[in-house]
Amino acid sequence: MMGHTGTETMIDDIRTPIRAFIVENFLFGDESQPLPDDMSLIDNDLVDSTGILELVGFIEKEFGLKVEDREIVPANLDSLARIVAYIDGKRAH
Amino acid sequence: MCGVAGFFGNGVAPAEAGGLLNRMATSLSHRGPDDSGVHIDGMAGLAHRRLSLVGLSDGQQPMSDPSANLVISYNGEIFNYVELRNELIAKGRRFRTQSDTEVILHLYDEKGLDCLNKLNGDFAFALWDARQRRMVLARDRMGVRPLFHTRRGETLFFASEIKALLTVPGIEARLDPFALDQIFTLWTPLAPRTAFEGISELPPGHLMIVEDGRFEQRAWWRQTYPDAGDVRPRPDAVEELRALLNDATRIRLRADVPVGSYLSGGLDSSFVSALAARMRPEQLRTFSLGFDSDEHDESRWQSMMASELGVHHTAVRCTAGDIAALFPSVVAHVERPILRTAPAPLAKLSALVHDSGIKAVLTGEGADELFAGYDIFREAKLRRFCGRQPQSKFRTLLFQRLYPYLPGLQRQTPEYLARFFGAGDEQIDDPLYSHRPRFRSTSSAKLFFSPDLKQQLGNYDATAELVSMLPADFYRWHPLHQAQYLETVFLLPGYILSAQGDRVMMANSVEGRFPFLDPRVIDFAASLSPNMKLNGLREKHILKQAAKGLVPDAIVGRPKQPYRAPDSQTFAATQPRYLGGVLSDGAIGKGGLFNAAAVEKLKNKVLKQETASFRDDTAFIGIVSTQLWLDTFSTRAE
Repeated sequence: MMGHTGTETMIDDIRTPIRAFIVENFLFGDESQPLPDDMSLIDNDLVDSTGILELVGFIEKEFGLKVEDREIVPANLDSLARIVAYIDGKRAH
Repeated sequence: MCGVAGFFGNGVAPAEAGGLLNRMATSLSHRGPDDSGVHIDGMAGLAHRRLSLVGLSDGQQPMSDPSANLVISYNGEIFNYVELRNELIAKGRRFRTQSDTEVILHLYDEKGLDCLNKLNGDFAFALWDARQRRMVLARDRMGVRPLFHTRRGETLFFASEIKALLTVPGIEARLDPFALDQIFTLWTPLAPRTAFEGISELPPGHLMIVEDGRFEQRAWWRQTYPDAGDVRPRPDAVEELRALLNDATRIRLRADVPVGSYLSGGLDSSFVSALAARMRPEQLRTFSLGFDSDEHDESRWQSMMASELGVHHTAVRCTAGDIAALFPSVVAHVERPILRTAPAPLAKLSALVHDSGIKAVLTGEGADELFAGYDIFREAKLRRFCGRQPQSKFRTLLFQRLYPYLPGLQRQTPEYLARFFGAGDEQIDDPLYSHRPRFRSTSSAKLFFSPDLKQQLGNYDATAELVSMLPADFYRWHPLHQAQYLETVFLLPGYILSAQGDRVMMANSVEGRFPFLDPRVIDFAASLSPNMKLNGLREKHILKQAAKGLVPDAIVGRPKQPYRAPDSQTFAATQPRYLGGVLSDGAIGKGGLFNAAAVEKLKNKVLKQETASFRDDTAFIGIVSTQLWLDTFSTRAE
């Protein structure tokens, strides 16, 4: 069994709760729905304008970050992979 | 306003006909508490429940002509009956009553089925023509008055509401899964489909003829628009519109009882009330609805208009507790799942009208469809505008201006706004372009459909069925007219005039009258060039011009606020006891339509939030109303 590198573990620390939040909050626990890391949340109708604010609220609370208004853009938040990269980047700063 | 029911065919034993017709009529007594009657002629049976408004003493139904060859059971009003009656008298016809019902009988006798084109009114009727041994069912142009039918063997049964058909032995209530898919996509079943499998609606502007064992259904009227680019100059359009609305309102005040008016605080009902107030010798009575939340309440504007007109105004406040308490009975009246609670407060408003001793009210319905008032028209125009410059942040920020009442949108960046509205990344030649974002976001509620239901539906696509119903000339119309057609032909009768109109008004024996849906106004509005309706992003442009001097500038110029009611927050605030029952694992499992575990999570989410997303609201109200529908109707068939 291969071990995780430090970076992978850190990414998983972000990815796991975000994924769980999306499944619980936007898919209502339905694990049968595919949720690949690069799937667009908007194009697949998982979030609407209120849903984005729910997601931002969760990120701020869970990771102790402040998401600036200008950062609420699809480039940062529209897929699991983008959210993980965004949070990882914020933490690095 | 009344209730109609009946049958045609050999499937009803003579000894049972009277009892059956009485049962059907009794189930419609809310539509007509004043009188009832039946008529049986062998294999034809007609029943009627009456709400007396015109010809109080001599308008009993079913009504026959002197020869008893023609018999009619009719629901509605023919507003130009005075003029039609005078024309018929001039031709030598003699009338026995003062009612509009008798006018239809004479006109049919004179013109046959062409009589329908002469009628300016809202109607649904069954006419038995004993000479030709044929039953005719007909419905008004826009579908103001309802009419449903089903068959048992070769026998046709029909009624104003489906609950009357469910009193016929052998007719059972089963939810049509495709209708559910349509509602969870388009907000309405596509007529003739209804929520009930095997029970059909006679579509608006259609008639059905049953004769010699043949069933023929066809359109006698349909909505149309000029080809794009075919625009005639209309220098006098504003004056023309004002004159038309004046006359449309005048003839809708015809009744032997006082007619009141709704005042929502918006332009349309203010305009209609202003016209009516000038015509009534006695003080006009107006009625309005208020909410506790500022987000939904328009009391300030209602009071302004009432005091401007000097009318006798009565307002009622609708609380979350009222909506939650009324919701199950509203589902029973509208007879279909709904995605919003908005019909419930309107049931409270019609109860106020009834308790005030008023039987008929004018409303402003139809103006948003005819004169491009809805946000969706502006949204589609803006999406096209943004699509031409997808990188423009300024353009996408305009979406916030469309929806000042949606706080979630106000916090969004231009990048998200562009994505939410799909600006620039859609097919502009899609016939459903204007409505595609709405259909897509509504469809997300289908996430909760059970695996069994999903399997039953297979690859069914409600939007593809909608496209298949569009007429050939649709593709030649201006994009605004295409969008107006979708609202006017599908959503107006399928939701606005039924779930928010006839059904919640008749629940309290109140008749709605709609000056904007006068056929002359409909034709006039359709013939106008798009920019006379949607001028830039200014909605109802010509109507605002016509309202000047009649409606205060503050109301004419205020941003449009669509009628909405609190949705899932209603249930979060009140937690009504029935919710636990209809959303229990047992009830969800028994219904078989939804995924119980997902519904439980949705319930837990929305019931602890102050505000829910559009997506969660839609799913939650849709699921609660579907479960209430099952509870109300399908258990009855067991």
